[in-house]
Amino acid sequence: MGVPEKIDTENLVELHNLKEYFPVRTGAFSTVPLKAVDGVSFNIRAGETLGLVGESGCGKTTVGRTMLRLYKPTGGEFYFDGELVTDKNIHRLRKQMQMVFQDPYSSLDPRMTVEDIIGEPLDIYHLYSSKAQRHERIMELMELVGLNAEHATRYAHEFSGGQRQRIGIARALAVNPKFIVCDEPVSALDVSIQAQVINMFEDLQKKLGVAYLFIAHDLLVVHHISKRIAVMYLGKLVEIADADDLNDNPIHPYTLSLLSAIPIPDPKTARASKRIVLEGDVPSPMHMPSGCPFRTRCRYATEQCAKEMPPLTDRGNGHSVACWNR
Amino acid sequence: MSSKTENMYKDTAAGAGSRAVDEKVLENEENAILSVRDLHTTFHTDSGEVHVVNGVSFNLTRGKILGVVGESGSGKSVTAYSIMQILAENGRVTGGQILYKGEDILKYNKKQMDSFRGEKCSIIFQDPMTSLNPTFTVGWQLREALQLHTGYKTRQAANARAIELLKMVGVNEPESRIKQYPFELSGGMRQRVMIAMALACEPDILIADEPTTALDVTIQAQILELMKDLQKKLGMAIILVTHDLGVIASMCDEVIVMYGGRVCERGTADDIFYRPCHEYTKGLLRSIPSAGNMKKKLIPIGGTPINMLALPEGCAFCPRCANAMKICLTQQPEELEMPDGHFASCWMNVKEAYEEEHNGKAGA
Ligand SMILES: Nc1ncnc2c1ncn2[C@@H]1O[C@H](COP(=O)(O)OP(=O)(O)O)[C@@H](O)[C@H]1O
Ligand SMILES: Nc1ncnc2c1ncn2[C@@H]1O[C@H](COP(=O)(O)OP(=O)(O)O)[C@@H](O)[C@H]1O
Ligand code: SF4
Ligand code: SF4
Ligand SMILES: [Mg+2]
Ligand SMILES: [Mg+2]
Repeated sequence: MGVPEKIDTENLVELHNLKEYFPVRTGAFSTVPLKAVDGVSFNIRAGETLGLVGESGCGKTTVGRTMLRLYKPTGGEFYFDGELVTDKNIHRLRKQMQMVFQDPYSSLDPRMTVEDIIGEPLDIYHLYSSKAQRHERIMELMELVGLNAEHATRYAHEFSGGQRQRIGIARALAVNPKFIVCDEPVSALDVSIQAQVINMFEDLQKKLGVAYLFIAHDLLVVHHISKRIAVMYLGKLVEIADADDLNDNPIHPYTLSLLSAIPIPDPKTARASKRIVLEGDVPSPMHMPSGCPFRTRCRYATEQCAKEMPPLTDRGNGHSVACWNR
Repeated sequence: MSSKTENMYKDTAAGAGSRAVDEKVLENEENAILSVRDLHTTFHTDSGEVHVVNGVSFNLTRGKILGVVGESGSGKSVTAYSIMQILAENGRVTGGQILYKGEDILKYNKKQMDSFRGEKCSIIFQDPMTSLNPTFTVGWQLREALQLHTGYKTRQAANARAIELLKMVGVNEPESRIKQYPFELSGGMRQRVMIAMALACEPDILIADEPTTALDVTIQAQILELMKDLQKKLGMAIILVTHDLGVIASMCDEVIVMYGGRVCERGTADDIFYRPCHEYTKGLLRSIPSAGNMKKKLIPIGGTPINMLALPEGCAFCPRCANAMKICLTQQPEELEMPDGHFASCWMNVKEAYEEEHNGKAGA
């Protein structure tokens, strides 16, 4: 199996069989479960980045939010630094687990100054003993993410997207977290600004040893920043491997088509490569296919695929795949 | 052209054939179905007149795909909307020419413009609901376009043609799809229907403004394949606006790179990717993750996005350019032909400007 049954103390994050079903109303008195996340397991070591990719609606954001208990999980266990995360200890643990969001425009209150935004978590967790200490810490955080001290008294709405993303990450770092869920943190930024923010994430990891779950739909960006990559399809984890290994030797049919669909920013490579164009659309999570969720678009599908969901099995070197036929 | 603005490669063997830009433009125009010359577009706002497109020139070759790439806010969409004359109320083309088969469409009257938009040139958008009406069925909308602009005048003929068009853009079960409303379709399917609408009148030119930006990569691949396919089959020319260099590399014959409402550089895809001659293009290519730099640190472009309300006097990219020189602050670089035949507007290509800057430094 891809995930060991025993708690491995080297893992900062251990997720076992996470489930998040949202009730969807179908009539006056009836609901059906929308299985946004359906049995996802992975580990992340301290100071490591796990990339999480997959089509929109496949459950990436829900994985992150459910881990931080912004949603109550339907099932599964999450061990953080060896400790089972529950409703009781989440307030304490949230100090070590933070989240950074895609949209720097909506995730910051435009009427707050940069100082107030970064200071807020310091206030909540009483992380200073004097006003001077609070100010000093805010300055330190701003420097860490590459913001000028003179920006402290300005309002969030006065900043560009890349700078707002820096403010958001400074706020997340205020509590000294060991783990940050980064949900599409560069997707809203201009290409030329993305590189600045990606470098900042990489530098901070080196300096502070923080681990990331890095969610994004740009596979080249994810490959650049991640040590390992997990691929989701319709609420299920279908493949997880070392980033280079996944890129060079993808096994799951969905990963194959995902990788071949990336437009490569190099005309010669683009002219030479043959695309596997996936037919059809992603099925609605309300009408999930039986068995393997990818079977409606899979050219390797056989009868067995309709009967049973394939388990995630280890193919060596920590490369795990959920597929009956590959 | 003054001697100052001569191409720094002029002395090299490859540069021996350098010509003034105007000559080359005229020559390209013979094959161009659309030729944009020194286009200026401004918007009237509370903060004053905003100059959004500032002297954009390019040629769209018959039957080719031209990519328009650049920073968000660099004027890509406004350039496209200027061609279609669908600018917002406060926007106005204030100068230049847009030649369609040699005729300046900016001089067209309303009737001529309607026929240009309806029959010669179509546009598709990032959000298909911009062109689709939510209150009518797909079939009704296609028939409407066909009966208005083409020879399919009867309901029956238009209906048959609508089904044919849907089939062509890869919509499955077109006979039942034409009875559906746009909201009943998936995002990728709606994009296909919008393309079918745009192709209804068999235009010579299709303008696609970020047509796949909102789509997932596997659906994006479907739509891009479709566009390529249709372009080959129908022989139309396409202007493809996108901020994605991957999409540019895999789709386009020719490319223009924009920054701050100006064209930095234009040429074939290979010119732009392998022989960039403008500091913004170079920076952009260095900053994206690619197969070659997975293990290396990305080299970002510094600074913050441009403020169109406070455009610099000289080169628009100047505040972010690591190689900016004194002359860049005050004078806009002219467009020059590079030795490989593509065009760039950057003082770094002007030998005299470069030497003056660096001698100046040594002397100080
Ligand atoms: N709060 C919610 N209530 C009901 N359904 C939800 C909620 N959040 C997400 N979903 C659904 O769960 C699925 C997964 O969504 P999400 O995690 O946002 O996907 P991703 O981040 O991969 O795009 C989608 O079908 C989405 O519509
Ligand atoms: N109706 C409008 N009024 C004022 N400014 C506008 C209007 N439409 C666009 N602009 C401005 O024009 C500039 C270029 O916009 P656009 O062409 O949409 O950029 P892009 O290259 O991202 O497509 C932007 O700075 C934008 O704010
Ligand atoms: S299990 Fe079957 S349907 Fe699913 S990916 Fe593998 S071959 Fe395809
Ligand atoms: S003209 Fe000057 S500022 Fe502009 S890109 Fe070239 S070197 Fe940089
Ligand atoms: Mg999401
Ligand atoms: Mg645009």
